[in-house]
Amino acid sequence: MEMPSPDPRIIAKKSRLVSLLQGVLPDEAVIHEPHETRAYECDALTAYKCPPLCVVLPGSTEEVAAVMRICHAEGVPVVPRGAGTSLAGGSLPTADSVVLGVSRLTDVLEADYRNRVIRVQTGRTNLSVTGAVEENDFFYAPDPSSQLACAIAGNIGMNSGGAHCLKYGVTTNNLLGVTMVLADGTVTQVGGAYMDAPGLDLLGVICGSEGQLGIVTEATLRILHKPEGARPVLMGFDSDEVAGECVSDIIKAGVLPVAIEFMDRPCIEATEDFAKAGYPMCEALLIVEVEGSPAEIDEQLAVILEIARRHDPVELRESKSPEESAAIWLGRKAAFGAMGQINDYMCLDGTIPVSALPLVLKRINELSRHYGLDVANVFHAGDGNMHPLILFDANKPGDLELCEAFGADILKLCVEVGGCLTGEHGVGIEKRDLMLDQYDPADLEAQMWVKDVFDPNWLLNPAKVFPLRVSAGRREASRAA
Amino acid sequence: MTPATEAELAEAVRSATAPLWIRGGGTRPVGNTAAEGAGTVLSTAGLSGVELYEPGALTLVVAAGTPLAEVERTLAAENQRLPFEPMDHRALLGTTGEPTIGGVAAANVSGPRRIQAGACRDSMIGLRFVDGQGQVLRNGGRVMKNVTGYDLVKLLAGSRGTLGVLTQVAFKVLPATAAQATVMIEGLSDASAVDAMCRALASPFEVSGAAHMPQGPDGTPLTLLRVEGFENSVKYRAGRLHEMLGALGPMRDEADPEASAALWKSVRDAEAFAGTPGDVWRLSVVPTEAAAIATRLGAGRLLYDWGGGLIWAELAPGTDLRARLGPFEGHATLVRASAETRKTLPVFQPEPAPLDRIAAGLRQRFDPRNLLNPGLMA
Ligand SMILES: Cc1cc2nc3c(=O)[nH]c(=O)nc-3n(C[C@H](O)[C@H](O)[C@H](O)COP(=O)(O)OP(=O)(O)OC[C@H]3O[C@@H](n4cnc5c(N)ncnc54)[C@H](O)[C@@H]3O)c2cc1C
Repeated sequence: MEMPSPDPRIIAKKSRLVSLLQGVLPDEAVIHEPHETRAYECDALTAYKCPPLCVVLPGSTEEVAAVMRICHAEGVPVVPRGAGTSLAGGSLPTADSVVLGVSRLTDVLEADYRNRVIRVQTGRTNLSVTGAVEENDFFYAPDPSSQLACAIAGNIGMNSGGAHCLKYGVTTNNLLGVTMVLADGTVTQVGGAYMDAPGLDLLGVICGSEGQLGIVTEATLRILHKPEGARPVLMGFDSDEVAGECVSDIIKAGVLPVAIEFMDRPCIEATEDFAKAGYPMCEALLIVEVEGSPAEIDEQLAVILEIARRHDPVELRESKSPEESAAIWLGRKAAFGAMGQINDYMCLDGTIPVSALPLVLKRINELSRHYGLDVANVFHAGDGNMHPLILFDANKPGDLELCEAFGADILKLCVEVGGCLTGEHGVGIEKRDLMLDQYDPADLEAQMWVKDVFDPNWLLNPAKVFPLRVSAGRREASRAA
Repeated sequence: MTPATEAELAEAVRSATAPLWIRGGGTRPVGNTAAEGAGTVLSTAGLSGVELYEPGALTLVVAAGTPLAEVERTLAAENQRLPFEPMDHRALLGTTGEPTIGGVAAANVSGPRRIQAGACRDSMIGLRFVDGQGQVLRNGGRVMKNVTGYDLVKLLAGSRGTLGVLTQVAFKVLPATAAQATVMIEGLSDASAVDAMCRALASPFEVSGAAHMPQGPDGTPLTLLRVEGFENSVKYRAGRLHEMLGALGPMRDEADPEASAALWKSVRDAEAFAGTPGDVWRLSVVPTEAAAIATRLGAGRLLYDWGGGLIWAELAPGTDLRARLGPFEGHATLVRASAETRKTLPVFQPEPAPLDRIAAGLRQRFDPRNLLNPGLMA
């Protein structure tokens, strides 16, 4: 992955920059010794690493603003960082950048049950937002699998999703307002505990902008009362095609499950070896979960089971108890861990129209033979967001490159059938250079207009999202200034 | 001008030298229209038709000029619907014509179900539009999970034609529900109605509409709570709401689906204000502050939707509601007023300076010649 060469003038003024930053932050909040900055050299896309010039961990919005004013005046790039769990290299530093981490901003500012919102500082982890309201039976709906570690900051940066988005939507559908520090240090509020924007919907474009428009320090999030209960069913089919049709028929019947998860044979096999969840050995497995009171659950499951039976399932397993529900979810939840046991893996994240599922799975298998690398599929079937896991051996020379080429082919396939390059992980550096496979240059230019307006000097997370050659002119102009 | 294709529309924008006033059905003339006059009306009515509909994937792609009624018919045939229940502005504004789906998207028009299913912008997953230079641009797509690059779909939703002319919109749609019921509480003060709505919305019973009419159909206060879903589930949840709120006042149910739907249509379209003489304001507020804000307004007529988060208020023509109210969390839009009033009072709530600068910057980029509905959102 190509990254722009660092600006030697910035590297040369490191000590001056460090002392300026120390002037506005407590000493321990400025990390600049090389052995310490190493901890920030990558995110969860660990194949790429680069220690930053220094790292700052401000403790308030005012401190963030002070840092931004300095970096703005000094022309230094800033890489915003939440918990660093991006799988796309979204928080990968450059050698001439200041990493601005919000990990010390973890307070709950207000939990307001009557208005069903919570205001938090964005360094707070996703799961601990729910944790803060759980005792009152509330929850924050978007639930990325990384929710124990990832921060609201990164969720907003990536517009993250989760297993339950079919019913509850992704981050952008649950975000009502932010406090944001602009590139020049101006602090501003966008939105609040109300339901729409007065003018242009700036919040809508801030969410998912991958740290390129400003530093989000506080967020107003929608919280919901927990459903009375939830229950899954598991069904096995002897072809992907039939499983795909079953998903489509369930949706057409007017039931809206909270989750429809899909696993293919390689994934089932690997998971069984690892977690022994007792899954049937078949070509495709679905886990469908519905919510409500016990009677409501029965009513919905009756519809779903009737549809499933029409598709000749090789297995149909209803849960009768919390233990049985847990057993149904066990394998799915262990899927990533199971893959990790077998090998190194790369997790892709394209979205396809649900109708294209059988075709896409067939083509992925062909590609797998072509590249000589195994692949397993586990994904959110209701919304078409696929997560093919390509297995490779990081210690074998050339395997990573082969795996990346295979991954790129899968993502191009997603685009070809009418889908997109990334459903929830974001572009970062990982998919940056594929953007022209999905968009025309003019479409990307329009996206860059937004960055031009928010961050005229292109100092925020500059080498991400847009293909390097597409953003080259702007980045160079910023450097010359 | 009514171009028949996207290419023709792009050419019309490219060759324009005077302002273009973008029209869908022309049923929602909200905005500062003082400058209208000079220039040409550019209609999207020629771009019509459903371009892709996959019920099993819950996706619909439709040309911007397609009548909303056609979209709703198409979806109903598969027992699906637009989740956000778009308002029809014709009764309120006294307009005629056919609302188009592009107009709904460009004004981010949402109805009572916004509290449960999100706003129009939340259902929008892709679009094509023509910018102020006449370029055809694209963002998002036809799948419901997509974070590939910046979300210009949200930015364009509600931009009212000032950043680009929408030519095609893709939506995530939802199954229509088999049954609905409206639980009604009689005689509540505004404050206790808001309180009741907040409690209902903070329950697990999936309330899909929460509105309060200080003057209901028979002139006395009526609070409405809607539940939708499978038949037994609707009965169950309506029953639980009765248990929760029964102590507040006399309650009854509207279980007849048509009568229930009619009630929600009247809320959705703010029908209580149709043909009345005053200015009509729409306020987006923090629900628990709604009753206190409404008191400060001294409005002649009021309607609460979104559990209190949305207030419709009628004031004497020319009243500066914002001055009367002072600062509050939220914003107020002057939806209906004479051209005179619209010259003196901004239609949209003025924003803090940094956001104003950003909005101006975006307009300058997307429409550098300032030709698309110029000044409409100023
Ligand atoms: C095992 C595993 C499972 C995962 N499962 C899911 C999943 O189910 N769904 C899903 O959507 N993702 C998933 N992810 C990806 C990742 O967890 C999400 O992208 C997450 O939201 C990143 O949050 P973070 O706090 O770690 O952000 P970081 O990685 O630190 O940053 C992410 C992006 O946000 C920007 N950013 C960070 N902080 C700010 C700020 N304060 N202001 C502005 N921009 C900022 C960064 O610059 C970067 O571009 C998974 C990752 C792992 C490792």
